[in-house]
Amino acid sequence: MNESTIPTTPRREFWRGVRDEAPILLGVAPFGLIFGALAIAAHIEIPVAQAMSSIIFAGASQFIAAQMIGTGTSGLVILLVVFVVNLRHALYSASVAPHVRHLAPGWKFLLAYLLTDEAYAVTITHYNQEGDPAKKHWYFLGAGLTLWTVWQVSTAIGLFVGAQLPQDWPLGFVLPLTFIALVVPALKDKASIVAALTAALVSMLTFGFFFKTGLLVAAFLGILTGLLVEGKPK
Amino acid sequence: MSLWLVTLLAGLLTYGTRLSFILLLDRIKVPDWFRRGLRFVPVAVLSGIILPALATYNATLNLSLRNPQLYAGALAVLVAWRTKNVLLTILAGMGALLAIQLLLGLF
Repeated sequence: MNESTIPTTPRREFWRGVRDEAPILLGVAPFGLIFGALAIAAHIEIPVAQAMSSIIFAGASQFIAAQMIGTGTSGLVILLVVFVVNLRHALYSASVAPHVRHLAPGWKFLLAYLLTDEAYAVTITHYNQEGDPAKKHWYFLGAGLTLWTVWQVSTAIGLFVGAQLPQDWPLGFVLPLTFIALVVPALKDKASIVAALTAALVSMLTFGFFFKTGLLVAAFLGILTGLLVEGKPK
Repeated sequence: MSLWLVTLLAGLLTYGTRLSFILLLDRIKVPDWFRRGLRFVPVAVLSGIILPALATYNATLNLSLRNPQLYAGALAVLVAWRTKNVLLTILAGMGALLAIQLLLGLF
């Protein structure tokens, strides 16, 4: 029997989310370790560093924040930078919003907390596939909680043992590879191909922009060209 | 500002961006182009993350033919396109990168 024809249950959806998130963890765990070690190097106290992983819960911005704390940057500047670096999450929020619309407020508040790059990537792919849309939030929860747990644990290990990772073992490469695996099958029409190519090229041109603002510009131009190629609906 | 306060406020800001449209889309009427644009969000944002990640090798931007991640990435695109399988794509890309690095180390 084809997997998609089996009637789905919340439990099955949850574990599918956990399973689909698993390969990404290979790339995420080393970053958690490195963040922990980075926080120690910046003389951030262990409880604060762990709280950064659970309260901010956004890898790239935590890296930058830890480095800025280490160099004695003022709190307001750090807040501004964290805000800008994490602005792309507003795009993710808009993208999943129609899919979680039917849920109770409690679910919305919980899933928003778990809306990281990595959980978003697998979850939006799942939302765009066939299946029972009324149960897919369990998949979201499974993927999100899996990533959350690994981020907390790897941060803790990094804080206590420091980063003694083999430098020549390029596990960070798992992240772009996973995103490739999720994006390529979604390129089904000319409009999405143009959107992807535009965003990729612009993100290269704007690579030097400060704190991921280049990614925002690239994403907006990609979405815009996608809309233009698609044209008005008849 | 104490580090605890910075962490708490940074967390609130981040959570706010994540929650923003999930709550707003229920309350406001958004124009039609906005709704149609949403389908391009994943391919645009993730593609914008992928290419700079492939091009950054040894912590520097390297778009030359000597960057093995570009070959490994191209192979991964091919495998993803043919198989639509996440694990196979990761294995092919990682395998290619390690193989090229090994070869470069030998010569």
